[in-house]
Amino acid sequence: MLKRLTTSQSPFRPSPLRLFFSYIVLGFWSIVVLFPLYWLLVTAFKSPIDVSSGPKYIPWVDFTPSLYAWNEIVVSTGVTFVTRPYSNTLIVGLVSSLLALIIGTCAAYALTRFEYRPKPAVIGMFILCIIGGLIVMAAGVPPIIAIGSAVILFIVLANTIGKRFKGTMNNGDITFWLISQRMLPTVAVIIPIYVLYQQLSLLDTRTALIITYTTVSLPLVIWFMRDYIANIPLELEESAFIDGASRYLVLWRIILPLAVPGLIATFLIVLVFNWNEYVLALFLTRAESQTMPLLIAAQNATRGPQWWNISLLVLMMIAPLIFLAILLERYIAKGLLVGAVKG
Amino acid sequence: MTPTQSGGSGGVIYAEQDMSFRARLSRSLERSSPNVLLLPAIVLVLFLSIFPLIVSLLLSFSRFQFVAGGYSIRYIGFANYIKLFSGSEQRKFLGAFDAPSIIALVMGAAALTIIAIMLVQYVRSNRFSPVGLVMRLVAIAFTLALVWLCMITLSGDGLPGTLVVTLIFVFVGVSAQYLIGLGLALLVTQNIPGKRFFRVTFLLPMMITPVGIGFLFRMMMDTINGPISPIWKLLGLADFSWVDTAFGARTAVIIADTWQWTPFMFIILLAALESVPREIVEAALVDGANKWKNFRHIILPQIMPVSFTLIMIRTIEAFKIVDMPQILTRGGPGTATESMTLYAYNQWRALDLGMSAAIAYLLLIVVTFVAMVYVRILRKRVVVD
Repeated sequence: MLKRLTTSQSPFRPSPLRLFFSYIVLGFWSIVVLFPLYWLLVTAFKSPIDVSSGPKYIPWVDFTPSLYAWNEIVVSTGVTFVTRPYSNTLIVGLVSSLLALIIGTCAAYALTRFEYRPKPAVIGMFILCIIGGLIVMAAGVPPIIAIGSAVILFIVLANTIGKRFKGTMNNGDITFWLISQRMLPTVAVIIPIYVLYQQLSLLDTRTALIITYTTVSLPLVIWFMRDYIANIPLELEESAFIDGASRYLVLWRIILPLAVPGLIATFLIVLVFNWNEYVLALFLTRAESQTMPLLIAAQNATRGPQWWNISLLVLMMIAPLIFLAILLERYIAKGLLVGAVKG
Repeated sequence: MTPTQSGGSGGVIYAEQDMSFRARLSRSLERSSPNVLLLPAIVLVLFLSIFPLIVSLLLSFSRFQFVAGGYSIRYIGFANYIKLFSGSEQRKFLGAFDAPSIIALVMGAAALTIIAIMLVQYVRSNRFSPVGLVMRLVAIAFTLALVWLCMITLSGDGLPGTLVVTLIFVFVGVSAQYLIGLGLALLVTQNIPGKRFFRVTFLLPMMITPVGIGFLFRMMMDTINGPISPIWKLLGLADFSWVDTAFGARTAVIIADTWQWTPFMFIILLAALESVPREIVEAALVDGANKWKNFRHIILPQIMPVSFTLIMIRTIEAFKIVDMPQILTRGGPGTATESMTLYAYNQWRALDLGMSAAIAYLLLIVVTFVAMVYVRILRKRVVVD
């Protein structure tokens, strides 16, 4: 009897005892994951007294569900209190993820199909010109003149001295450089971006957030999509070129349809990051373009955290993503794996 | 950039003459397609990453102030960095020191031994080169400095600064996430009913905003009104509060971070485990390998490359941790849970932008260092060999 419990019929079918312990562990972790979410759900429908008078677990048994939080944040404070941050998050998240997907996929395609030979010397000159421009700017020269002269200087230098240097880099270097941008801590770049947007009067606008989110998402998109596209055989494109199709048509008609699973996974992952982004929004927005994470963080207010309101806000914010995750779970694993295998 | 086309593109060769404007436009578009496709990405990254990065470097050497109608920048050399390493900010950045305790010394000795063994192995191996040796010696010096810092701030009356706190978050958090993720993935890859339920459920925490998770765990860890307060009372810990002690607060942050990011490890490791060819595993089992040997010699080597990339991604992202401690503990008690990003943000709030940039740069250096060591030295040892 004991033997039948501990040995399995086939190497791939776990023995009953093993199955039992597996379920205990998996069940435990399911509770670890689901219980906080359940708590979030019930707290969102509690009145303040039910929150502060000890734990109440089951609606209609321990407490009567109320729409207190709903009334407080949606009805009494005016609809825009929630709808404005929500629509900001929605628009910024969707648009920036989509833009990053488009720009990143194009770049990933280009990096797998063309050979680039940028010269380190030219890049070095570019950086020197930027530093020169900045120093001049710091010395009091108007920005437009400083930037303009730096650009002209760079073009002149690149076309004269730059052409003499032999050393080149290749696609691998460009790809590595693009992907390594992910390593950049946001705080290391945020101050200049802040000043830049201030000068362009883009602070506290959705446009600023969209541009920034698109940029920080690019490394992820390029990383995942590069491997997807590299796996698509060249022959498919070649026959189209013989028929006279242009590069863009091939990308649109042949590559994109074949890369749909990868595109979906990448979009979802990037959307999750942009939807939940906090630090950049913290620096770049105030009231007008405030996003949901900021609204939630701001609930840590003077009267002490109002758990019922916070829970409802978090619930509203995560609902769409949870729904998408359940719907597209298969794609996520697959899409992430392709990127991770090749590194 | 001078692209040369490959991959049999070549395009279609048109006759030069008799071309309408449209045809000429489409031809030049076709010819410049390598640039058109790649340049948007390059330009965005240049303007919003490289350009700001350079400005930040300059900023970290200066005092930056907002004045009426604009701002003023004054060059002050290394003053910000000196302040962080030996001046008024030392206590916050590096921490307060004390003589290392016995445990710390043992741990330090262990680290030293491991490094020494690895170095000896490297010198003896056929990969040896003088440049490689110098690089490794630099890396070792840097690593030992960090280990020493951890030793003297974590023992006795020492107080870890934001640098050590960040390192704790990263290493403890990422290890926990990887191990739990791997364990769960191994359990789910067995042919058990209800697989899809577990896959979807375990994925969910990754979708939730870290700010939300911060609040969620503040509720969960409430020992008076929280849902698990009866258990605390049973254990006689009703008066205990997570955020009152440095250790408890750090544990809380790590638990919350692990809760959120274990799914990331889990879902990819699961996909990797499922793509291990069944024939290999079957053959090993037929040959009489037990479960552990099977895992150690068959499965583990197969998922090693994925594991390394995964740990790398998470490590890089974990260094940026900020929202979780800010919401959960506000960096407290004292600076016990203040990560470097949070520290930089607080300096920004205090309008000391130069200092903020200096902290950010030091964070960048630490991240880059860890990533480089990881990729260049450790990955080669484990994945290529």
